[in-house]
Amino acid sequence: MEIKAEDNGASPDQQRKLANKKLGFKLLWIVAGSIAFSIALVPLYDVLCTLTGLNGKTKTTASVISNTKVDESRWVTVQFTSNVMPGLGWNFHPKQSSIRLHPGKIQTVLFEAKNITSQVVAGQAVPSVSPGVASIYFKKIECFCFVRQELQPGETKLMPLRFFVSTDLPSDVSEMTLSYAFFSADKQ
Amino acid sequence: MSTTTVAHHDEHADHPTGIMRWLTTTNHKDIGTMYLTFSLIMFLVGGSMILGIRAELFQPGLQLMNPDFFNQLIGVHALIMIFAALMPAATGFANWMIPLQIGAPDMALPRLNNWGFWLLPPSAILLTLPFILALFGIGDGALATGWTFYPPLSIQGGFGVDFAIFAVHLLGISSVLGSINIIVTLYNMRAPGMTLMKMPLFAWGWLITAFLLIATIPVLAGAVTMLLTDRHFGTHFFDAAGGGDPVMFQHLFWFFGHPEVYILLLPVWGFIPQILQTFSRKPVYGYKAQVYSFWAIGALAVVVWAHHFFTAGLPVPALLYFMYSTMAISLPLAVLFFCWIKTMWKGSMSFETPMLFTVGWIILFGIGGLTGLVLADVAADAQYHNSYFVVAHFHYTLFAGGIMGIMAGVYYWLPKMTGHMYNEKLGKTHFWLTAISFNMTFIPQFFLGLAGMPRRIPDYALQFAEFNMISSISAFVLGLSQLLFVYIIITCVRGGKKATDQVWEGAEGLEWTLSSPPPYHSFAEQPVIK
Ligand code: HEM
Ligand SMILES: [Cu+2]
Repeated sequence: MEIKAEDNGASPDQQRKLANKKLGFKLLWIVAGSIAFSIALVPLYDVLCTLTGLNGKTKTTASVISNTKVDESRWVTVQFTSNVMPGLGWNFHPKQSSIRLHPGKIQTVLFEAKNITSQVVAGQAVPSVSPGVASIYFKKIECFCFVRQELQPGETKLMPLRFFVSTDLPSDVSEMTLSYAFFSADKQ
Repeated sequence: MSTTTVAHHDEHADHPTGIMRWLTTTNHKDIGTMYLTFSLIMFLVGGSMILGIRAELFQPGLQLMNPDFFNQLIGVHALIMIFAALMPAATGFANWMIPLQIGAPDMALPRLNNWGFWLLPPSAILLTLPFILALFGIGDGALATGWTFYPPLSIQGGFGVDFAIFAVHLLGISSVLGSINIIVTLYNMRAPGMTLMKMPLFAWGWLITAFLLIATIPVLAGAVTMLLTDRHFGTHFFDAAGGGDPVMFQHLFWFFGHPEVYILLLPVWGFIPQILQTFSRKPVYGYKAQVYSFWAIGALAVVVWAHHFFTAGLPVPALLYFMYSTMAISLPLAVLFFCWIKTMWKGSMSFETPMLFTVGWIILFGIGGLTGLVLADVAADAQYHNSYFVVAHFHYTLFAGGIMGIMAGVYYWLPKMTGHMYNEKLGKTHFWLTAISFNMTFIPQFFLGLAGMPRRIPDYALQFAEFNMISSISAFVLGLSQLLFVYIIITCVRGGKKATDQVWEGAEGLEWTLSSPPPYHSFAEQPVIK
């Protein structure tokens, strides 16, 4: 690259050094930009997942019931599964393994949790719906997963879930699975 | 061109000697030499680790090590090979050859250059230290997650994970500094008359690599930093219990990880045509087409990442998008293959060691690319994901496409760098030993993968025994052959037939106009390109 020796006292060599430094610092902006991008990806990812239900993420707050029409022409099966993650000394399972219902109809199912340790233990349930496309049509009105749950030593608790399946569920979905993973919510 | 070698006033040593020369040097050739030496050492370290793995896999059952140590060896092997062997080798060549090829007196930011290198040894120590500490009963060894750091395993792991995270930080800073230096050099330091479109392809390959690096390394650094805060400061980026998502880590990691595979290869794609040109005695075919293909691959590289976790539960439209975009990369890649072959076509070829490595490289890297296409097929990948098929695929791209390409470059430029010819007979022997034992190591792994053997396991079902045995024996031959490589390099540095300035009969380009070895300060007066 040609460097013209302008008459400002600096030798071409010094001018070149200056130009190099300048460009070097400019390139640091790209680095800063991509650091910012990696941090921004976290909220973006969450927004994208809850909006679209990718990954089976469901809402973590209660849905409002806007439309109480029940679509009696359709049957949908919802299956329930449960997992207790390592580090949580509980037994946890649904009282029924599946339910058949009409879209729009509000249902309640019960889950049973038992603390099998001799300590007070807190847990947090994380739901996930599969297939992922169905998750935004799965509406929870009341769920034990909205807040932390605490069990006394040996205590057994019935935990209710009230939900409905939205009537605009795509017609090719007739079955979905709701899975709960219960995590320890105590600080180790 | 004798004007270029005219002794500059500080030609002879206004630089310190001995160890201080290397610690404080800002000379591009010294720094290049340090990068290349470091790379060779780490190549041997990473190689010995994987021979431990192959020894364990020689037979079914657990003979030599417990599964946890096995996993540690695998992860550290990969991190070392990628970050401490392949990347520094490419950076070493960049430092040595880019100023020579574009007629510049040195790299643009010499002091930054020194820093870039000296961050590497500490990070290599960080990576391997947990092994040594474990010997003394401190901690439970290095990270056992594989090189991909996936949570939740990486959140549960011992302090080996923290060591690796800090190592990645240092390595990241080092390559960002190196890349900035290369971009500035290529923009500001070219000889008068050398336009961008007259730059040698090696410079082009590195320009795009450098841009990819500064755009994606920070994302990796960000991801592992979040991992660190999840581990120690109670955040829940990747912890489902707190509302985080482990799959998000996979997105962040591979947003860096896929461009990384092209970062490793673009410099090699740069100098391969130069070698072909030299030994075919014909100009590079399709220079422009190759430059545009580099750009196309660089651009596509950042939009295809999710093909590494097709099986993590992506929705169908996303699967389709990532499948087709991944397959689309093979189009510009095919253009490159065509240009390489056409450069040789009807040339008067001779097969010195660099050319042998290059021709072998084209074939083997071709197999790597084609098997990648198989994996890019969503339906097929459901079967092959996490199997030995993937292991074989990325060794055809990284060992053949990366390391063997680098070896071609070493033989090509070694006479220029040392001023001596290496032993041609030993060089050829090294090629054939490497090529044959490489195939014997990894072809069986394709079949193992097709038959359902998963990767990253220390023990396996009996029906896989024979192929694993073949693979293990060949791996040891492959590893031992590399000692010959070291021997050839050392004897060539020490002495040997004097190399001419042009070295190879058909060699063209500015680096071949300088003496062999080039003077400590080359191109004090820049040549003018017409
Ligand atoms: C047209 C070319 C290519 C295609 C279509 C392709 C496709 C793929 C796909 C789909 C996978 C994921 C397989 C799985 O995990 O199930 C994969 C893995 C991999 N590929 Fe390629 N690939 C190509 C070229 C390359 C190149 C050039 C390199 C390196 C320089 C490379 C390095 C890797 C590595 C390292 C992995 C495994 C990463 C890991 O899981 O640890 N690939 N490739
Ligand atoms: Cu990839």
